[in-house]
Amino acid sequence: MSSRSPILELKGIRKKFGGVNAVDGVSLDIRQGGVYGLIGPNGSGKSTLFNLVSGLLQPDAGEIRFEGRRIDGLPIRKIFELGISRSFQIPRLFFGMTVFDNLMCAPKGQTGESPISALRSEKWHVQEQVFARSMRALLDELEISGVYLNPASEISGGQMKLLQLAIALATEPKLLLLDEPTAGVAPRIAQDIFLAIEEQRRRTGTTFFIIEHRLDILLEKVDHVFVMHQGKLISEGRPEQVTQDKRVIEAYLGISG
Amino acid sequence: MTTVAAILSVRGLYAGYQKLSIIQDISIEIGKGEIVAMVGPNGSGKSTLLKSVVGLVQVFGGDVSFEGRNITGRKPEEIVREGIGYVPQMANVFTKMSVRENIELGASMLDRSGKEEALRRTLALFPSLSPKLREKAGNLSGGERQMVAIGRAMAANPKLLLLDEPTAGVAPIVAEQLFRALLGLRTQGVTVLLVEQNARRALTLAERGIVMTQGRKVYDGPSKDILDDQAIRNLFLGEPRKADAAGGSRHNT
Repeated sequence: MSSRSPILELKGIRKKFGGVNAVDGVSLDIRQGGVYGLIGPNGSGKSTLFNLVSGLLQPDAGEIRFEGRRIDGLPIRKIFELGISRSFQIPRLFFGMTVFDNLMCAPKGQTGESPISALRSEKWHVQEQVFARSMRALLDELEISGVYLNPASEISGGQMKLLQLAIALATEPKLLLLDEPTAGVAPRIAQDIFLAIEEQRRRTGTTFFIIEHRLDILLEKVDHVFVMHQGKLISEGRPEQVTQDKRVIEAYLGISG
Repeated sequence: MTTVAAILSVRGLYAGYQKLSIIQDISIEIGKGEIVAMVGPNGSGKSTLLKSVVGLVQVFGGDVSFEGRNITGRKPEEIVREGIGYVPQMANVFTKMSVRENIELGASMLDRSGKEEALRRTLALFPSLSPKLREKAGNLSGGERQMVAIGRAMAANPKLLLLDEPTAGVAPIVAEQLFRALLGLRTQGVTVLLVEQNARRALTLAERGIVMTQGRKVYDGPSKDILDDQAIRNLFLGEPRKADAAGGSRHNT
């Protein structure tokens, strides 16, 4: 892993909300093809950091590079096109559309998106069938295919989380930021989510950066963990190193024994 | 279970949305002071059952009574006034109001000292909210919002507390504090019905567990039996992870 170049580099990132330093001078490197965890107490700045990388917020100071190129200041859509997708803690979906249609919006490079070919079904029909098959398989894998024709507003909270994850995976990004993918998800499916992540990494080489409080699952599946506390990075390393770190135990894990 | 008077009785309930009944013929009795954990796959009807108790979904058949009074079909605000607190799964704070206002709203029927007391109890449970009392709840992280929502529900001193995944998105150490606080509530005679995907922990806390699948109750009895049941493990819980010992039980005393 260390031989690979960083896909994402953060240098001295700061973001203030009112009087609070939500992110307070964070620098880190994420290498291509790795699975990285981001943990820390509630309110430590984890989701804000994801908002900064995905372009939802602009940093007050510092630099963000993706594949060597500055991306801070770029609009969200541009950052998405460069290959960064994300999921949210509270699912954001097209609630008036069915589960399946929500997912069918995700794949990139759909021929039918062009106004000219949209009028001629032979141009996009075959491609859409291929997408539809693989999207159904993804819904099966996450055990939400039973509700695929339900409106997204009429599925359970956990199913919304799973649908959102499916959409994020289906965009086949180079870097995928997942904000608590297993919160509100049944325990066995939570394990399956991490299997789906492994599978996607093998198949497409996607790099994952994951915020998660379910440490029992996360720490078994990640190569490297970052720990935030009060807007600062207080520790990083392999999971077994980080869980032994006194600062991490004090700030987040609690006193053991 | 039958020796204690039921605080909540659900009988032959069918409930759901528009014409769709999610809940299929469910009957549950919960005794005063019990902690009951409800678990099951995503979409099995757990949240809908809680909503049907507080009047947030349509009831098609059966009834719900609280302390012997039939509350089926009554308005949510009336049901809350009867003494039922409810914490929904998502979108559970008023984002434009401050943390303090959110919590005090839960105690709106109490006087000034009642409100102070509610605030004090919330901060004792979640000390990390102390420096943020004047922040708008919309500026809080997901986990902190969850703490505020729980504080608000508990502020009114409910007799029955319905919690829909209170620890989703909450740091492990805070989740553990919350679980312990629920045990503390029981000693004050508060009854808790808890929906949790952190199922193993919830089932070790609660003596009694209910398993839901596809809108039906498929098990109701001692939690220990659920944890020991191979079929339920395969279907829903999955196998315990090796790291459970390193992560999950680290916080147990």
